[in-house]
Amino acid sequence: MGEKAATLGRVVTTVLEYEGVHVTAADGTELLHGIDLTVPDGRLTVLAGASGSGKSTLLRLANRLEVPSAGRVLVRGQDVSELDPLVLRRRVGMVFQRPTPFAGSVRENLRVAEPTADEAALGDTLARVGLDPEMLDRVADDLSGGEAQRMCLARTLLTEPQLVLMDEVTSSLDPPARREIERLAQDLVADGLTVVWVTHDLAQAERIADDTVVLVDGRCASADERTRFLADRSEEDG
Amino acid sequence: MSTTAIGWGGLVASLTLVAVAVALSGWQRLHLTRTILWSSARAAAQLLAVGVALALVLDPDASLVWSWLWVVAMVAFAGITVRNRAREAPGIFGLAVLSMATVVTVSLGVIFGLGIFPVQGRTIIPMAGMMIGNSMTSCVLVARRIVGELSDKRDEVEARLALGQAWPVASRPYVRAALRTALIPQIESTKSVGLVFLPGAMTGLILAGVDARDAVVVQLAIMYLVLGSVATSVTVIGLGLTRRLFTPDHRLRPLDRAPA
Repeated sequence: MGEKAATLGRVVTTVLEYEGVHVTAADGTELLHGIDLTVPDGRLTVLAGASGSGKSTLLRLANRLEVPSAGRVLVRGQDVSELDPLVLRRRVGMVFQRPTPFAGSVRENLRVAEPTADEAALGDTLARVGLDPEMLDRVADDLSGGEAQRMCLARTLLTEPQLVLMDEVTSSLDPPARREIERLAQDLVADGLTVVWVTHDLAQAERIADDTVVLVDGRCASADERTRFLADRSEEDG
Repeated sequence: MSTTAIGWGGLVASLTLVAVAVALSGWQRLHLTRTILWSSARAAAQLLAVGVALALVLDPDASLVWSWLWVVAMVAFAGITVRNRAREAPGIFGLAVLSMATVVTVSLGVIFGLGIFPVQGRTIIPMAGMMIGNSMTSCVLVARRIVGELSDKRDEVEARLALGQAWPVASRPYVRAALRTALIPQIESTKSVGLVFLPGAMTGLILAGVDARDAVVVQLAIMYLVLGSVATSVTVIGLGLTRRLFTPDHRLRPLDRAPA
């Protein structure tokens, strides 16, 4: 999974790489212990793991909302510590666990991402995430949870990212809204984007993942740990 | 001024009102008797000590250097007070000292530069004291609000950073809200002065026998200076503190949220 390889005549390239990454919190606790991982381009990779396993921290390293205490994170082969973080963050978009509508209308929210976008571009982006372009004048705070999360995805898409990070984006949504966001993520991948999706929900991982990486206590799980995690989760879900 | 010198007898007589406060506390079982007595005694000791020191510094034969040193001490104490009351704000002592020094420089520069008051110990110290005292409260308020806003709205701030906004832009709506919160009480108090309350400087001047119209003119000048001082200090703290809460690579640092 994820290695640079030729598969069925199609070259699978790596978009995101972690090399011996450690992260230490301000209080000295080590959150990630030497992660080595590659994320292939044009696929939906799920980072699964229990709460506190370090999956969100791992995700936030990709757009430098976190920085490693040791090791390197590379996006398309470039060390992110050597990139302008503001440029990096427009290449690596992120949608957060809870919807984060800003004060103002949907239009004003979208213009935070792209101040020069015209009405047609704003409407098209809303349509891309399944929202009615007529919603541009709606107050963002009045949207339902599912609508707000889709608007947040639209906001991120306006920066034209190559890689989209989705951090437990459906955890505060009801099942229909959850499925809608999952479908949108799969559509993005079908359109050629790469999505890294964090979840603790194994059933969801099985529904949407092209590849699944399991984290246990800040490490990539060994084969045994992965089997145990999947079994434990299956029991809990069952 | 002999008409307004109340003397020791007058001071002792005024203790009657402390006795009233003690009696009310006892009657309502507020358990504040000791606190009231301690606060009253402490205020007396502090003010008497300050009075003795001020008498020396304000002596017409004393060098103005002593007055300026007094101002420096006030700035330092204001920094300590702000730090003690806004501990959740990192590096707040240095910022508060910088903010107070800016306020003193700007306000005394205006007062003496434009010839509003003469450069004398009896103008330097009270003027600096009023500017610093008013600014101090606003500085505490704005520091606590900024840390609180950015802590409460961390998700939103990080969502803005994740869209490629630089920290000064990403934090602007929240810092602006905090600055407004800190400035509005001073603006409201400027608006209602004379209608709802008579401010301290004017009351003091009238009690000292100064003509009410002259007292009003002095008070107005002070009110405007205080308003400018508060705006200056709050802005210095706001911008300086916000810079400290972000890393140079546009990440929001972990924040401690102080108990309300």
